[in-house]
Amino acid sequence: MAIFLTKDSKVIVQGMTGSEGMKHTTRMLASGTDIVGGVNPRKAGEQIEFPERTVPVYGTVADAVAATGADVSVVFVPPAFTKGAVIEAVDAGVPLVVIITEGVPVKDTAEFFSYAQSKGTRLIGPNCPGLITPGQSNVGITPANITGPGRIGLVSKSGTLTYQMMFELRDLGFSTCVGIGGDPIIGTTHIDCLEAFENDPDTAAIVMIGEIGGDAEERAAAYIREHVTKPVVGYVAGFEAPEGKTMGHAGAIVSGSSGTAQAKKEALEAAGVRVGKTPSETAAIMREILTTNA
Amino acid sequence: MDLFEYQARDIFEKHGVPVLAGIVATTPAEARAAAESLGGGTVVVKAQVKTGGRGKAGGVKVVHNPADAEAAAAQILGMDIKGHTVHRVMIAAGARIAKEFYFSVLLDRAERRYLAMCSVEGGMEIEQLAVERPEALAKVAVDPIVGIDAAKAAEIVSAAGFDAEIAGEVAAVIEKLWAVYRDEDATLVEVNPLVQTEDGKIIALDGKVSLDANADFRHADHEALEDKDAADPLEAKAKALDLNYVKLDGSVGIIGNGAGLVMSTLDVVAYAGEAHGGQKPANFLDIGGGASAEVMANGLDVILGDPQVKSVFVNVFGGITSCIEVAKGIVGALETLGSEASKPLVVRLDGNAVEEGREILAAANHPLVTIVDTMDGAAAKAAELAAAAA
Repeated sequence: MAIFLTKDSKVIVQGMTGSEGMKHTTRMLASGTDIVGGVNPRKAGEQIEFPERTVPVYGTVADAVAATGADVSVVFVPPAFTKGAVIEAVDAGVPLVVIITEGVPVKDTAEFFSYAQSKGTRLIGPNCPGLITPGQSNVGITPANITGPGRIGLVSKSGTLTYQMMFELRDLGFSTCVGIGGDPIIGTTHIDCLEAFENDPDTAAIVMIGEIGGDAEERAAAYIREHVTKPVVGYVAGFEAPEGKTMGHAGAIVSGSSGTAQAKKEALEAAGVRVGKTPSETAAIMREILTTNA
Repeated sequence: MDLFEYQARDIFEKHGVPVLAGIVATTPAEARAAAESLGGGTVVVKAQVKTGGRGKAGGVKVVHNPADAEAAAAQILGMDIKGHTVHRVMIAAGARIAKEFYFSVLLDRAERRYLAMCSVEGGMEIEQLAVERPEALAKVAVDPIVGIDAAKAAEIVSAAGFDAEIAGEVAAVIEKLWAVYRDEDATLVEVNPLVQTEDGKIIALDGKVSLDANADFRHADHEALEDKDAADPLEAKAKALDLNYVKLDGSVGIIGNGAGLVMSTLDVVAYAGEAHGGQKPANFLDIGGGASAEVMANGLDVILGDPQVKSVFVNVFGGITSCIEVAKGIVGALETLGSEASKPLVVRLDGNAVEEGREILAAANHPLVTIVDTMDGAAAKAAELAAAAA
């Protein structure tokens, strides 16, 4: 099962022929992802050789979908072209679009998110590592060799903290790890993932990683209290972040008294979520829960 | 990026939002000249700082002639308002105000659209109004694709309860403020107060604008709006090297990859530092994904240039980033610095090419470098070394 992504997912890559696209398509293929095509209007008809297979390039997403039956698109195009790429994928009827690109203007994201929502397309990102269902499929830039399949679901705003957590719990393994991204507006939220993990029979427990900025973690806490029966362990980054400074991620900023790590931690704890002080401690709590329940 | 009031005023004017004449001055003499060029009568001398509460702090003075404008500017320039030094004042034309209103449009992260807020009770702090009289603050959702068209502007002024005789004019100004938001890639446009003058004009008297740095590529003119004076010298140096750096107050320099992991590293160091006399992180520095040895060396150079730094913690989980590059960057930077390098480095590497990375560091066998296997253990070691050097 897993969430959003399985071994049956057929994936196309928008921006495959660029340097980032080539590098990560190679890595995704090596980790078993069923990549069925790339999109580049100037290279339509070309065949690109990778170690695992030859991947055809299509001129449009619609052509790629018609030819391959792709149901996932991963976007590596530069920020100035991201909005156009996402809208093209939505118009082609791709149900899941994963946007890796960092640096997309938030106005563009607001517009393409609104458009995708009206057409029923799920977006993940932008400014995210993508998602991996270990042993089945990997869409984005997550290293596939950290860990294997297991029963922990992971949702995180941060890429490297996702990798760190996968590493800490590598012996236990994961159902799906979703990097939702660190921008102020993102297509898939903590709550969307919590809901999907709750409904996923392959997921036994959930790690939720948040960071300063906005109130997504507080909302997730309220959701957990009402709707999540599986154990959730939390981690929040950014206690030492000063007010008014953007900490790397465009959305990671404490504004006045809102968006603080302390408020997020307290909201999660009030909802019964155990929150680790460090990534390692968070992993230890998850280990304890899974070992006790086993 | 938050703009100064005078920059917001200029942007408003560019988009046809009615504003008063305003001239920025950096010396009392310039303030006098500005007051003269505005006709020599009543003007307002306003401190330009990116924080609220300047009125209460004495940063806004109404004066009636150029000599008094000069004197007021002399008082205000150099003043400290909530930690912000006043480097500029704006000399603004005076106005006879009949009524004060409020308008803003901003990003609604949770709803993933925009939110317009409007009130016929302007002037006071809007947070205070929202708490004390929430019914007086209209909140209207704005669809990102449609934006604020004539119908939406009419909805906003109606929700705020404007009198019929000025509703049309206010709505027209709101449409222009939306044009500022949309065309400048803003994340906040706020006017407080939006005023009606005694002769019936609607004017944006004080404005706040925040711009989206991610959209700089399509706004060549936005770079000039940056406040280069205010930047910390280390932050300026890091920016010139294209590094994502924020200066903090502690003693443990931090380098890591990925915003989330670096934020987490700051927290873990502060947590470990509790056992070592309260050692805290000295900075945030994210070398990003796929960093080269050169980027790593540049990062180290910035951090070692901070006199507050007593020890350095390099915390990398290699996803795209290869630990080989990180290790080469450390060794290269230490070679370049030679005997100038005197601060201990604690390095924790995991992930992509970790064995090779650790081998490079082990082979270099630099006396300042300690390799620790875990993030928590490395944080404790870095805090301990910082405490020992203090």
